[in-house]
Amino acid sequence: MSTTIIYTVVTLSTIGTLAAVILYFVAQKFKVYEDPRIDDVETSLPGANCGGCGYAGCRAFAEACVKQNELSNLFCPVGGNDCMGDVAKILGIEAVKQDPRVAVVRCQGSCEYRPRTNKFDGVTTCAIASSVYGGETGCQFGCHGYGDCVAACDFDAIHINPETGIPEVVDEKCVACGACVKACPKNLIELRKKFPKKRKIYVSCRNEEKGGIARKACSVACIGCGKCEKECKFDAITIANNLAFIDSDKCRLCRKCVSVCPTNAIIEVGFPPRKIKQETSEESKAKTPATAGNEK
Amino acid sequence: MLKTFKPGGIHPAENKLSAKEAIKVPGIPKTVFIPVAQHIGAPSVPVVKRGDSVKVGQLIAKSGGFVSANIHSSVSGKVKKIDTIPDSSGYRKQGIIIDVEGDEWEESIDTSENLVGQFNLTSEEIINAITQAGVVGLGGATFPTHVKLMPPKGMKAEILIVNGVECEPYLTSDHRLMLEKADEILVGTRLLMKAMKVDKAYIGIENNKPDAIQLLKQKIQGGNHIEIVTLKVRYPQGGEKQLIKAVTGKEVPSGGLPIAVGAVVSNVGTAFAVYEAVQKKKPLVERVVTVTGKSVGKPSNFKVRIGTPVSVLINAAGGMPEDTGKIISGGPMMGKAITNLDVPVTKGTSGILLMKGSESKRKKTISCIRCSRCVSVCPMGLEPYLLQTVSEKQMWGPAEEGNIMDCIECGSCSYTCPSNRPLLDYIRLGKGKVGQIMRTRKS
Repeated sequence: MSTTIIYTVVTLSTIGTLAAVILYFVAQKFKVYEDPRIDDVETSLPGANCGGCGYAGCRAFAEACVKQNELSNLFCPVGGNDCMGDVAKILGIEAVKQDPRVAVVRCQGSCEYRPRTNKFDGVTTCAIASSVYGGETGCQFGCHGYGDCVAACDFDAIHINPETGIPEVVDEKCVACGACVKACPKNLIELRKKFPKKRKIYVSCRNEEKGGIARKACSVACIGCGKCEKECKFDAITIANNLAFIDSDKCRLCRKCVSVCPTNAIIEVGFPPRKIKQETSEESKAKTPATAGNEK
Repeated sequence: MLKTFKPGGIHPAENKLSAKEAIKVPGIPKTVFIPVAQHIGAPSVPVVKRGDSVKVGQLIAKSGGFVSANIHSSVSGKVKKIDTIPDSSGYRKQGIIIDVEGDEWEESIDTSENLVGQFNLTSEEIINAITQAGVVGLGGATFPTHVKLMPPKGMKAEILIVNGVECEPYLTSDHRLMLEKADEILVGTRLLMKAMKVDKAYIGIENNKPDAIQLLKQKIQGGNHIEIVTLKVRYPQGGEKQLIKAVTGKEVPSGGLPIAVGAVVSNVGTAFAVYEAVQKKKPLVERVVTVTGKSVGKPSNFKVRIGTPVSVLINAAGGMPEDTGKIISGGPMMGKAITNLDVPVTKGTSGILLMKGSESKRKKTISCIRCSRCVSVCPMGLEPYLLQTVSEKQMWGPAEEGNIMDCIECGSCSYTCPSNRPLLDYIRLGKGKVGQIMRTRKS
């Protein structure tokens, strides 16, 4: 009885030791060297694995940082400048600062401004709806409101406003990873420079039709009249395909374009009420839904 | 036993309400909208400008590449403008808007009704005439006909199949054309055979059109080059690949063209257009359109000028019924709902179907019960339930492995699903994405 136990123990320990020795040598022979800094860099990243940097996940981004050994085209939008500073410190190189960005939805086509002309009863995802036709309104460039962007967001930062049917971005939560930008089949979402106090000025429209057609479909559409372009002192506004665009890197938030826009397609968010002509300003504010909606 | 294709297929209610109605001319509209992209391939390039006077049959947009087609004015009048117009895709596309003045045809066109049966032309001359006339496949896919007639190097067409199947419920335009223009279709068939240098043609017709089968059989008696094939009623037999399978028993390989099994398929409407293009020098400026629906006052078949707004046709068919819930350009299975009555008739519009609100409603979707009905009805032998799931989950790799690109979008799977799952909606999305990925990989 006891000999059986002894034999068993001895045999097993011999096999174990042998296997351990073999495994040790095999491990030495086929060892893959990995830069220890990759682990360090990965720990300093937020670990959201959102893909906002353009890589498959935080690990892939860390590998790219270490491999390239310079950060000019690498940036983690979630961690921002602080995080990239840490990464630079680990790698002993200089960080490249970027302005923080925030997603902005460029459509304000609620039922009130953009009347519905038909009803869609297919699958309620924006990707399918836009592959089938232009949408429930006369504007084929505007938001479907089925929330592909909401489903794409890992940070709970974008929601459909039940009143307008248009998605709204929660600035505090948005990390500018760009998932919603990719998810939107209409290319309505744009990453813009983040200004202090959540202030924003942008053309909230993507309609590239001629003025008459655009205006007929939606009362707050950009008609490409060019008034804002003339008014802008900083060359921030360009008009292409009957549509104005404000470059957020050049914009200085002077708000002049907002006052001249005849259709209220340019909207301002996060500003105090205007001092002069109190009445007209309130009137224009009332006309602009996003001013009220986004301020919260 | 009647021939048909395998596997799959369904038999929806036929509802051929307008089968007894002779083809009528609804009159020329005041304005026509002619889109420059009416065919598969590159859009055509306008060659007229605002203010130009045009005659019927005058070239207004020339072919924009090899796979493209010429577009001719369907009316005489003045070019109002070249602008974006809503078309059946649901988006605004570039098109030419012409204000109609009178009805003056180009002098070279033979507008008489006489049958010109004799021809002494070479293959190249016929193909050239077809190219000039801008003939495209009138079955719905609108693939330029001259491209089909010039097979890629190393491939040789052996037979021509003329498609008189019209398997879509409601539509009767091909049926009426076969009854009223049988001689012309046969001449067109002979022209196509000459152009392709083949000496065997089959005309496939489903046996729900016995009058057309009888008439055509009578007309070809004695000749052994053209054969009428009676087919069992089964949707989607009018699909190119299904028709080849039904007539010849051969299967087009996955991802391949019909020419891979030596066949070329053309619609009867196309054969008629070829006859007109070659023998009458008349470009493709009009086509037969069925306007139908259960509550439509007078379901009709119209010979319509390309570019006529849908609203004109609906009025000609007795006006829009009050209970209309959906207007479809094409048939109920593969047609596309349109959202605007200004949408013009294009070369690919085979019918306008007005569905009642109660008919057109989608039923509530519930979970897949794994009954595999969609698998058994799929004429391409795919697994629709699986392709739908992977498309929904955006797994494009498995979608490609499941041969999603072979889907012909016939809708049999969605039609048959007892859980009302939107199978085709997702498969179409997946097809688009996978196609995009495959193209990027190639370049």
